[in-house]
Amino acid sequence: MQTTIQPAIRLTAAETALVDAFSAQIGELPGNGAVIGTRDRLLDELKKTGLPTRRVEAWHYTDLKNLLRTIPDGHATAAAEAASPLVEGAFVLPVLQGVANDRAGIDGIGLATLRERLTDGSAAAGLTALDKDDAIGRINGSFVRDGYVLTVPAETEISAPVELQARHAGGQIHTRFEASFGAGSKATVVERHQAVTEDAALVSTVSDIALEDGAEITWIILQQQGVTDTHLGQIRVKLGQRSKLRLFVINAGGKLVRQELRIEVDGEGADLTLRGVNLLGGESHTDVTLVLGHNVAHTQSTETFRNVVLDRASGVFQGMIRVAPDAQKTDAKMACNTLLLSDEADFAAKPELEIFADDVICGHGATVTDISRTHLFYLMARGVPENKARAMLVNAFVAEIVEELEEEKLVEALEEIVSTWLERHA
Amino acid sequence: MLEIRNLHARIAEDGTEIIRGLNLTVRAGEVAAIMGPNGSGKSTLSYILSGREDYEVTEGEILLNGESILELDPAERASKGVFLAFQYPVEIPGVATMQFLKVAMNEQRKARGEEELTTPDFIRRVKDAAAKLQIDQAMLRRPLNVGFSGGEKKRAEILQMALLEPSLCVLDETDSGLDIDALKIVADGVNALKSPDRATIVITHYQRLLDYIIPDTVHVLYKGQIIRSGDKALAHELEANGYADIIGQAA
Repeated sequence: MQTTIQPAIRLTAAETALVDAFSAQIGELPGNGAVIGTRDRLLDELKKTGLPTRRVEAWHYTDLKNLLRTIPDGHATAAAEAASPLVEGAFVLPVLQGVANDRAGIDGIGLATLRERLTDGSAAAGLTALDKDDAIGRINGSFVRDGYVLTVPAETEISAPVELQARHAGGQIHTRFEASFGAGSKATVVERHQAVTEDAALVSTVSDIALEDGAEITWIILQQQGVTDTHLGQIRVKLGQRSKLRLFVINAGGKLVRQELRIEVDGEGADLTLRGVNLLGGESHTDVTLVLGHNVAHTQSTETFRNVVLDRASGVFQGMIRVAPDAQKTDAKMACNTLLLSDEADFAAKPELEIFADDVICGHGATVTDISRTHLFYLMARGVPENKARAMLVNAFVAEIVEELEEEKLVEALEEIVSTWLERHA
Repeated sequence: MLEIRNLHARIAEDGTEIIRGLNLTVRAGEVAAIMGPNGSGKSTLSYILSGREDYEVTEGEILLNGESILELDPAERASKGVFLAFQYPVEIPGVATMQFLKVAMNEQRKARGEEELTTPDFIRRVKDAAAKLQIDQAMLRRPLNVGFSGGEKKRAEILQMALLEPSLCVLDETDSGLDIDALKIVADGVNALKSPDRATIVITHYQRLLDYIIPDTVHVLYKGQIIRSGDKALAHELEANGYADIIGQAA
């Protein structure tokens, strides 16, 4: 019998810091025996493989082992307080410095903190890695402290948007949101991640949402981390029969960002509208990775991403659409359009289709452009100075996507965020 | 108002010379028609007047109210009073028409050292001008020119012209793609803007438009030069006999 004393691989400083952080926190992380067992197992898996490198295909453009150099210590220097919501009248569910802090609840919705569900063990089953390369699932499952569990009953319509408001002032933040939307329910959820200081943070966050038959949900992920922050985000989605999901992902911050979208279209007649806006500036690196499974017949999806890349920023979009052998009549269209506004910036787009059914419509396209000279001339010929004309056109490129949300207050609030970001970076 | 002296200009990208020693004077209050066969340089002249980067002036001068505008970019020329009504107005998705109008009007005012318009004043001006051109509010709520028919695009150009109150209007083939009703609306819009302080250049291939916008002078452009100038009778002569005679005489 052989005993292994050395770890399988040599850990980097950041990996060692993660392992140490786990040892330091394990006593205070919420969870019953089952949860603790799961945390230990996920961390062990992470220790064995280390953080993924470019040799792992799913992480080819984001070599996490090399990009994640340090782990901030766990202590924030300032307090994060709840802010006014993106749209007036929203139900705010704050998670401040990683701790869920709800006082009011929402009529008609089942609501618990994740902390409670970890403590009673009912959240243990959800703490999983989706596959051997799921570093985010493992980090989050090991460290997650809190978040919310929402249960929307069948045929319930939530009258105002629900804002999951995660704010921090640096440190290590690991949150998780679970939402199940009953048959025929309707809701809009804003999942907002925001830094309130420039102190470095390591954020991991996983959202796990399921739409039952005929549910119609809008889910908006708004990432506004600070310039030194690492944001490792993942959303896991299951779509039931005839359900409709509009998923908008907006990245407007962070230093090192990975945003994974893992979507399973499991019910016939389901319809996914996925839209993404990536505003990339400074020295940041942002990776949006989509894995979308059309698993049954008669489903449709459209995926459109618009990227604005400035300064020395780098961006990545990986979009994999898998169509299962039985998923006939799948209709899927994916597009990734990039406005590259700096010679020192770059953007890599890697669309992939894996189609095992023969009667489907699937397409993808990727473009990289500069501002249209014809458009610029038109605006300038009307007296709009060049800087302002450029800003209007960049705004327009993104506004086209944001306007698809259609709800006026949301569109206005998001357009405001976009134009503020552009003004600050242009 | 406008004086063009011995103008030579070429396409920046490949150096092809398009304008070859053009002379033209347009006085304040005058409507000047520029006619010519395809490829004579009519549209190029309109772009050069408005400052499009794709063309380089290699020789000569363009004076607006006695001042050279050659060193000015398109936005600066616009705030000095140059307005080009495009032959093919571009669709710009994502730019709201009203927002664009407000920015354009206020940027020009700022450049001239004038107060910006208040929102109610701006809206009133747009409503008044739009009503005269039979432009409905739904059109103004769309992104700039997006989904507009050919006639709607041309009316939108004239709306901008009315709101921006330029001193030199350049209409590039404004009649192309218009049916007779739309043509009348557009021509009425242009005529309503006639003023002793404003010069208008109407670039057109056909005499048809000149039945509705009566020119004071008519100039024939061929191979980058004005080869003949006259009054509106010249336009009728061209309509009757084509360009061949005049080109023959000039050669």
